[in-house]
Amino acid sequence: MTQQVIKFYQTGTFTVGNRLLDESQRSVQANMQRTNSLNSGHRACQGCGEALGARYAIDAAMRATGNRLIAVNATGCLEVFSTPYPESSWQIPWIHSLFGNAAAVASGIAAALRVRGQDDVRVIAQGGDGGTTDIGFGCLSGMFERNDDVLYVCYDNEAYMNTGVQRSSATPPTARTATTMAVGEEPGNPFGTGKNVPLIAMAHHVPYVATATVANLRDLEYKVTKAMAIRGARYIHVHVPCPLGWGSDPALTIRIARLAVESGLFPLFEAEHGEVTARTSIRRPVPVVEYLKLQKRFAHLFAAGAEARLARIQAIADRNIAHFGLLAAEAAP
Amino acid sequence: MNKPFAITLDVGSSLANKTGSWRTERPEYVDRLPPCNTACPAGENIQGWLYHAEGGDYERAWRALVEDNPLPAIMGRVCYHPCEGACNRALHDAPVGINSVERFLGDEALKQGWAFEPPAGASGKRVLVIGAGPSGLSAACHLRRFGHAVKIVEAGPLAGGMMRFGIPKYRLPRDVLDGEVQRILDLGVELELGRKVTDIRAEMAAGKFDAAFLAVGAHIAKRAYIPAGSAARMLDAVSVLRDMEGADRPMLGRRVVVYGGGNTALDVARTARRLGASEAIIVYRRNREKMPAHDFEVEEALQEGVMIKWLSTIRHMADAGTLTVEKMALDDKGFPQPTGEFETLEADSLVLALGQDVDLSLLDGVPGLEIRDGVVAVGPDMMTGYPGIFAGGDMVPSERTVTVAVGHGKKAARYIHGWLCGNPYRPGPKHEPAAFGNLNLWYYSDAPKTVRPMLDVARRSSTFDEVVRGLDETNALFEARRCLSCGNCFECDNCYGVCPDNAIIKLGPGQRYEINTDYCKGCGICVEECPCGAMRMVPEKI
Repeated sequence: MTQQVIKFYQTGTFTVGNRLLDESQRSVQANMQRTNSLNSGHRACQGCGEALGARYAIDAAMRATGNRLIAVNATGCLEVFSTPYPESSWQIPWIHSLFGNAAAVASGIAAALRVRGQDDVRVIAQGGDGGTTDIGFGCLSGMFERNDDVLYVCYDNEAYMNTGVQRSSATPPTARTATTMAVGEEPGNPFGTGKNVPLIAMAHHVPYVATATVANLRDLEYKVTKAMAIRGARYIHVHVPCPLGWGSDPALTIRIARLAVESGLFPLFEAEHGEVTARTSIRRPVPVVEYLKLQKRFAHLFAAGAEARLARIQAIADRNIAHFGLLAAEAAP
Repeated sequence: MNKPFAITLDVGSSLANKTGSWRTERPEYVDRLPPCNTACPAGENIQGWLYHAEGGDYERAWRALVEDNPLPAIMGRVCYHPCEGACNRALHDAPVGINSVERFLGDEALKQGWAFEPPAGASGKRVLVIGAGPSGLSAACHLRRFGHAVKIVEAGPLAGGMMRFGIPKYRLPRDVLDGEVQRILDLGVELELGRKVTDIRAEMAAGKFDAAFLAVGAHIAKRAYIPAGSAARMLDAVSVLRDMEGADRPMLGRRVVVYGGGNTALDVARTARRLGASEAIIVYRRNREKMPAHDFEVEEALQEGVMIKWLSTIRHMADAGTLTVEKMALDDKGFPQPTGEFETLEADSLVLALGQDVDLSLLDGVPGLEIRDGVVAVGPDMMTGYPGIFAGGDMVPSERTVTVAVGHGKKAARYIHGWLCGNPYRPGPKHEPAAFGNLNLWYYSDAPKTVRPMLDVARRSSTFDEVVRGLDETNALFEARRCLSCGNCFECDNCYGVCPDNAIIKLGPGQRYEINTDYCKGCGICVEECPCGAMRMVPEKI
């Protein structure tokens, strides 16, 4: 029997940094010289998950590309809070055109770079769930289908937050929004609606698809870095809580994102050419109520008579756990 | 105005927009007092020295440790580690093995020959220390480091006090004791052995001492009246353990009965087993829950074949070695009451381990002293009723452990130093406690406690080899890294990473962080995600 000494680092890679780890093993965000692509002074709400997710993703991409990066932004919170004319929080080459055409603009920039022979400059397109799953979906599908050399990052806060919390096709069942009020027979967003864009992206057989969360920085940075090492159309879907739209405490943004993963409602996985190749195991499993009860948009689920709806949400989580093999024991091949 | 079509304003950075004005609460960094530090009778900054051990800088860890406790290799063996009982990690999986890391550092220091920093200067003051036990040695070391000239006078033939003449070798090997004592003497502390001070004031006057610290310990065995035949062999625990240090080991016979329920009773019974007794029986008048001895010592003793008779008192010892034992029962208040049921027990010798008294004869004639329950009363500054005479250790009201004694020595040294300099020592305000609820446990790796290897039972009951072995470097490092760093920043970069507004400034290794209040919106994510509870939100002044 061979023995292996397992090194133990107090917090391992769970924290952002770790003074006990070798410099090369530390995260981008721990670095004093990180790009801070999305700089201070932006107008995002307190505790904004999207602002955090965008900085995590773009800083990681900047490191992966040696700072040779152009970002294209769809309309949405991220664009509005970062760039009210004439100010901008972006510290990288950045362009905004329309709500629905971010993927198309990015495709065009990638084509232009190819024509000019500048293959060292890389392109990222980014937007919220509205600009990605609804309005920009045609352009996104086209970008996938042509396998254009673009990484598209969707920051999913599960509704149109910028315009006043209207439902999108990424809004989860039962969530209260301005257009799916918590009234009537089926309060909140109805069951059986919406779409899963990561799975749709996989159906295009693009080289790389992944899901990520602001609650797991190392995982997110790993996926962005890996995506930037691949050519062709790539897609990363990042779960970003929205304290305003979800009715949650701004201080709990990361905890809520973590509970989404730990409950099984937001599975973390990677897929290459249409096949799931890896999943991030749940570390400390929790029932979905732990996630739901921290958000006012789900408050109606905790009134009398809502047990069946709660059970249906738990069933969705259970199905994710079984389908993706999210528990450590099940993840083994 | 040379701008493109439809452009009227210059491009600017969002840094012009000071979002800090949105804030109603602000995060701030705090240092909270970890429960281990609170619990340590020697006042060690445990979290502080573990921090250095975590990084593998053992010498720095050891130096931080000996700031408070100059006897870490001894403490890592004989301390009852109340720190581990208080450790927040106990509520998560198992407490950090602080005691074993302390021992590792102490042993490492002896191995590497690390010495104390020499005193910075000479104060010109002279301090007399009576007794070279843990309290006296600790006080002498601290006083010497303050720059005072220190002389210890010890009545016994060797330094160490109860650490040598009370604690058996299998718990504290003598080379470890000698090593740590020598290191204190190497600081320039003078030690005189084998002379009993009989009049403290005369001694001080003769040696021109400005202050004295008394730490004579408690060496007189308490007796109980047990009618016995003239040939019955009755001994006391203190002299049995003391004789173990001499050339002639005490003759206890094959069947040994020990009367008492403290750690000393266990030490004697375990020693008897090692001396070849086939039966070592402890007779104790109450039950196990009420026993003052520590659980792990009871456990180790039982493993070694020591037997314990609960709820029993000894009434009589006959010449032939027959003990009459009466069964007891606990009353409503938990006090043992006689039942009138008797039984007999065969014993070659009976050892009484009923506690110890203090020999206070050196204080005869000193005015202003208050003696209560056979011990000297001292103020919060460890000073007796007579100005300039301080006291500590077993001779003042205390729990009577090595750790408490070491703590007394440190505390007294600080007050003596303040008193000598005419600048009374005032302890700083204590930080608020770092409670378990302040921690965010998500961020810590799962890690069970590393158990120290134990000597085989067969060898334990026949030899005086050390029972509990130390950790090696990998284990000790692992154990140190299990520390949660409760209430004290360990620079994990979480606050720096999780701020959506880049409002945390990282100052670099060892420098911690600052909050950029120009941009901090006061969302509180940093406080929520701080693993160790070293941040808090406070309302903004409006």
